[in-house]
Amino acid sequence: MKNQGTTNRPDNTAFDQQRLPAWQPVLSAGIVIPGFLLVGLAFIGIGVALFVTSRSIQVLENDYTGTGSSVHCSECVNPKTTPCTCQLNFSLSALFQGPVFLYYGLSNYFQNVRGYGSLRRPSSSCAPYQYDQNTTIAPCGSVANSMFNDTFTLYQLVNATRKTVPLDGKGIAWWTDYNIKFRNPPEVDGSLAAAFNGTVKPVNWPKPVYDLDPTNPANNGFLNQDFLVWMRTAALPDFWKLYRRITEGEYASGLPAGNYTLEIQYNYPVANFAGRKSVIFSNTSWMGGKNQFLGIAYLVTGSLCVVMSAVMLIVYAKFNSPDEDF
Amino acid sequence: MLRRGLNRLFGGDERRVDSRTVYVGHQPCPSTQAFVPPKFCDNRIVSSKYTVWNFLPKNLFEQFRRIANFYFLIIFLVQVIVDTPTSPVTSGLPLFFVITVTAIKQGYEDWLRHKADNEVNNYPVNVLENGRRTQKESKKIKVGDIVEVLEDETFPCDLILLGSSRDDDTCFVTTASLDGESNHKTHYTVPDLESDLEVLNATIECEQPQPDLYKFVGRMHIHKDGQEPAVRSLGPENLLLKGATLKNTRVVYGVAVYTGMETKMALNYQGKSQKRSVVEKSINGFLLVYLCILLSKALVCTTLKYVWQNQRGQDEPWYNQKTQKEKEANMFLKMFTDFLSFMVLFNFIIPVSMYVTVEMQKFLGSFFITWDRDFYDREIQEGALVNTSDLNEELGQVEYVFTDKTGTLTQNNMEFIECSIDGFQYKYQDSRTELDGFCVTDGPVSKLQQKAGREKEELFLRALCLCHTVQVKEAGQGVGFADQVDGVDVASAVEQRGFIASSPDEVALVKGAMKYGFTFLGLESKSMKILNRNNKIEKYELLHVLNFDPVRRRMSVIVRSPDGETLLFCKGADSSIFPRVRQEEVERIRMHVERNATEGYRTLCVAYKRLTDEVFARVDAELREARLALQDREERLVAVYNQVEKGMNLIGATAVEDRLQEEAAETMEALQSAGIKVWVLTGDKMETAKSTCYACRLFQRSTELLELTVRTLEEGGRKRGERLHELLLDYHKRAVQDAPPPKGGVTRTWSSAAQEYGFIIDGTTLSLLLNASSDVVSSNYRSLFLQICQNCTAVLCCRMAPLQKAQIVKMVKNSKGNPITLSIGDGANDVSMILEAHVGIGIKGKEGRQAVRNSDYAIPKLKHLKKLLLAHGHLYYVRIAHLVQYFFYKNLCFILPQFLYQFFCGYSQQPLYDAAYLTMYNICFTSMPILAYSLLEQHICIEILLENATLYREVAKNAMLRWGPFLCWTLLGIFQGLLFFFGVHCLFGNSALQDNGQVFGNWSFGTIVFTILVFTVTLKLALDTRHWTWINHFVIWGSLAFYVFFSFFWGGIIWPFLKQQRLYFVFANMLSSVSAWLVIILLILLSLLPDILWAVLRKPRGPHAQQKKSAGQSNAGGPQSFSKPLLMRTLSDESNTVL
Repeated sequence: MKNQGTTNRPDNTAFDQQRLPAWQPVLSAGIVIPGFLLVGLAFIGIGVALFVTSRSIQVLENDYTGTGSSVHCSECVNPKTTPCTCQLNFSLSALFQGPVFLYYGLSNYFQNVRGYGSLRRPSSSCAPYQYDQNTTIAPCGSVANSMFNDTFTLYQLVNATRKTVPLDGKGIAWWTDYNIKFRNPPEVDGSLAAAFNGTVKPVNWPKPVYDLDPTNPANNGFLNQDFLVWMRTAALPDFWKLYRRITEGEYASGLPAGNYTLEIQYNYPVANFAGRKSVIFSNTSWMGGKNQFLGIAYLVTGSLCVVMSAVMLIVYAKFNSPDEDF
Repeated sequence: MLRRGLNRLFGGDERRVDSRTVYVGHQPCPSTQAFVPPKFCDNRIVSSKYTVWNFLPKNLFEQFRRIANFYFLIIFLVQVIVDTPTSPVTSGLPLFFVITVTAIKQGYEDWLRHKADNEVNNYPVNVLENGRRTQKESKKIKVGDIVEVLEDETFPCDLILLGSSRDDDTCFVTTASLDGESNHKTHYTVPDLESDLEVLNATIECEQPQPDLYKFVGRMHIHKDGQEPAVRSLGPENLLLKGATLKNTRVVYGVAVYTGMETKMALNYQGKSQKRSVVEKSINGFLLVYLCILLSKALVCTTLKYVWQNQRGQDEPWYNQKTQKEKEANMFLKMFTDFLSFMVLFNFIIPVSMYVTVEMQKFLGSFFITWDRDFYDREIQEGALVNTSDLNEELGQVEYVFTDKTGTLTQNNMEFIECSIDGFQYKYQDSRTELDGFCVTDGPVSKLQQKAGREKEELFLRALCLCHTVQVKEAGQGVGFADQVDGVDVASAVEQRGFIASSPDEVALVKGAMKYGFTFLGLESKSMKILNRNNKIEKYELLHVLNFDPVRRRMSVIVRSPDGETLLFCKGADSSIFPRVRQEEVERIRMHVERNATEGYRTLCVAYKRLTDEVFARVDAELREARLALQDREERLVAVYNQVEKGMNLIGATAVEDRLQEEAAETMEALQSAGIKVWVLTGDKMETAKSTCYACRLFQRSTELLELTVRTLEEGGRKRGERLHELLLDYHKRAVQDAPPPKGGVTRTWSSAAQEYGFIIDGTTLSLLLNASSDVVSSNYRSLFLQICQNCTAVLCCRMAPLQKAQIVKMVKNSKGNPITLSIGDGANDVSMILEAHVGIGIKGKEGRQAVRNSDYAIPKLKHLKKLLLAHGHLYYVRIAHLVQYFFYKNLCFILPQFLYQFFCGYSQQPLYDAAYLTMYNICFTSMPILAYSLLEQHICIEILLENATLYREVAKNAMLRWGPFLCWTLLGIFQGLLFFFGVHCLFGNSALQDNGQVFGNWSFGTIVFTILVFTVTLKLALDTRHWTWINHFVIWGSLAFYVFFSFFWGGIIWPFLKQQRLYFVFANMLSSVSAWLVIILLILLSLLPDILWAVLRKPRGPHAQQKKSAGQSNAGGPQSFSKPLLMRTLSDESNTVL
């Protein structure tokens, strides 16, 4: 089969003769030791920057599950008391550097379970929340149905009066999610509600999808920012999700020192699966939210590299010279 | 001539009791009342495997018989049936790809075969039907048809030659396409036939079809009106084989006896046995381990899933209600489904693509052997030939080389050196340049000492001229014979012609006789013509040829001399001639024979015998009878031969030199220093073989020889069995027990000071050893023998029959540790050992092409073996071993994060990576760099590999694919997998990774892990690459670029066919996060750290270090490795001292 070409002399090409010009790198001590040192130093530099940055990020986390160690909102634990509003008071001794982000955190909550976020194959992608009494649910599926529905209002206590801190609900979801990935059905006669005609709201929702945000008509339907945030399922069972940004008015530069009250409308049940809820105030830096891991990891790796280059230097100095003679 | 012996051994057991009757020309013979035309298959050749209709089912069936394909099919079916986490496309697509590519390849090959078949089947042939010549398509020939074949045409089926256009009722045939022998073979018509084939009424009774090309027995009954049918015997000389070509004959007529798939050519198509390489066994072992890992992963996850679900609220939290169907499902069925789902989720750990890549690597890699210019030989104008690409890496694993002597170690270029006539030595003293000169006039016989009587001398030379089967190649077209009337022209005619024979010894002898004045002119209508010293033509009638076979080790002719005497001339090995001649003659010749043998010459003894008329008449009758026998023909012939060749007179002996192959000694030395044990298996005499071994430096001067031959057995004067036992124990004590234990096996160098042993055994002793009285003793002897041999640097087995060669190979192959064996040979007598060994190498030598056809690799010269093993074999092994390990490793660290993710997603079979990534990982992102590596890598460059044969030991015994390295790779994979997952997991302790506070979801998590993974495994390969050609650069950086490009592309578009745009902008968003960048860089570096450290600390490595090392070694080992070049002639004293 393969011997066709052999009757003539094989071609004398570099490829055929396995003589392609080649670079043959050798990891010699002269390259590796300075390399390790440089990388190590660079990593230590980055690590220090990361560590310092991460430490400068302020995080204020409050658990408001109402059970166990958490004292906040214990009055709302009984599911019969609906609607239930509870308050969470805290005080800041110094300026909480802006822009401040308000997150809600859920733990022991498996948004990443298959069949929750992902499609179930093969039949109906949204089961068991595809139909409600034979009418299509919009938006369908478990994720949408279980959308987080606690609401938060933040007040600053100034001279015993509650002053509302404006919370900005725009730009909390990915820009692409809001602008490209999700689309509302075309409006019928200028009404979004009419576009959703023939569908019903998800079973657990108090109000239909076109009525999610009565204050801002552009934030309704599938293009509701809270909805979009919720739809981006979390990777791990303990997660934060962005609720609001504090970017407006006098709070644009941060929350000044003082006493605050967070009014929570407690709707979302977590007790039956031993979950916890919390609310987090945090600011960010160039590296995102507070994360000590990266800085420490860089510092450790960097030091490791430096130490190794030192060890190698010693090894080479001691043992390599007789080796070279051989 | 050795080939015939081989066929005796192989063909002997294929005796068929049945015979078939062929009616020549379909004429009903008078004796049978009702003529029932027997049914035979038509002359259609079908070498194709498929038809249009059965291609799909048959091909699919065959492909899914492969265990790997079947496994992937099962996984695919599970994905289709069960609700699994990944779409069936992820495994279906690669499987479909593999199956399709294979099917296309096989389909194309089959189409080519169809085309070739059609060409053969539709070739027009002339058939005589009722006296008329009609043209038919070849496929329509039926058994019994009389077929006409013209010159240079190929026979369309197996024919019995009925008539030829030549006067002497012969025709010439070349069987180049059958067995590669390009010489013209003479075939004879059935004797005493009417020339008019129309009226011929005959039946042929012959054996059922059988594949042996050189065997045929049949009988022809010729019916004439009212007469008793005459009977003629038919043999292979009457049979024209399909595929052979008619030469030098205008036209022949023959009757078809075997057609279509029953022809000998078609029966020989049957493929060779499949050889599997040791790497494949390793792969299967690793596969099993990974299958266990896969099963245990799935099992662990399933168990933990149900344990976890037992906790309060975790089975069915309110936010994730089960569907109606899930609630109703049976608990155990659900468990089983979950198990299967996990299997599917983790099944990527055993990748389809590995098989494809391994196949591609082998197929493409084998081209480098074919392309290698170093393997090109100017003489035969050919390079190396690769018959199978499955064994490339096996070339790097060889532990035992079994080599033939004649034609392999030696050139098989025979040269007549001297002869001894009646005890007087005759040495031809002309310079070599005049070798082919014709010195017809006075005879250049030098009067060295005294001369034998002129009568004896001429008798001897006549014997040389007559006792052979050499043909004279006609110069030009039929001129040669016609016009050589007187002596003057003859000389020039002789000059122009060459001699053709199946054995070069015979040519050398005939040429030798020519130098002494007796020229063989050729065979014409059963008479041999000799031009004697006086330029007279003597005509001898050739009565019988008693063929050569390797068991008898002699051949004879019976001729009638011009003065009416009947003479038998016999030539053969001394061992077979001496017992058959008068003893007092032997002593005079024996000295010469033995001296010549120790000098490395091939010796033959010549004897003759006068046959009285009565004796001849009896012999003639017996021979004819034996030839007519349908059954046991060969045995009966041999019996007659042995009876005739008795009581002969010894007239002399000849010595023919067979020169060593180019660089034979260097090659052998390199192989030995590469840790390969070289065994020489030859049919030749011990002395000759031994001197060849010395010349090849297989035996050194310091080597102590342990000899186990008939001679040593008979020394003690006791029974052979006892002596054998005694010697074996003695040698075992010397070579095995007293020898210092090898220092760590592989690392033991050739320059160690320990005493080296060489072992010599001959065929008789070997069969005594192997067929000892009881099984217990036999196996005991066998293990003793093997142990001795394993401690010897070289082993010489002489006087071997072809099958014994295979026996030895088999014995070593199956011995402890299952060493990899390689057989190299050039002749048909080596075929059995070539087929038996793990790797069979054929040398494109002079003894036909059978060895080449049956080999796995064919090279023009022995010296090419060095590069084939030391460079190609070594590199192939390193490449494929790395390929296999890398494949397992990269899939382990690919799937491990996915497994770990199950612990964080409620064991719900949630895939970590997107389906596109799962599918593309092995196909696109990481496949090309490793393929390029496995084709181009030269971790040590070829020159250094060739210079330092010891480097070969570094990969010996499957060093890179043992469990140790496998464990290292597996641990590395686990380490990296853990690092990838938990590194990113720690990062996702706060999933707000951008300064705008937005959070990342699970697909971002997966994409970050996947990005680190792709970069790490690719860079890991880059670290391992020692030989960066532009192709490596291109595929490595190209793959990474492609990954980035693909990710942008895949996430940059809303794909209408996807229900969920899970990855929409995930990759771009990831890149906009500084933290993601930092974690990617950090984790890649951390994962590669062990590798970098390993590369730095494992010293000395790299080409420079190797060079340094090699320089040091060659200095140290200088005196021993480059011992003085030894010429053959000077060796005699050496071998004597050792004896």
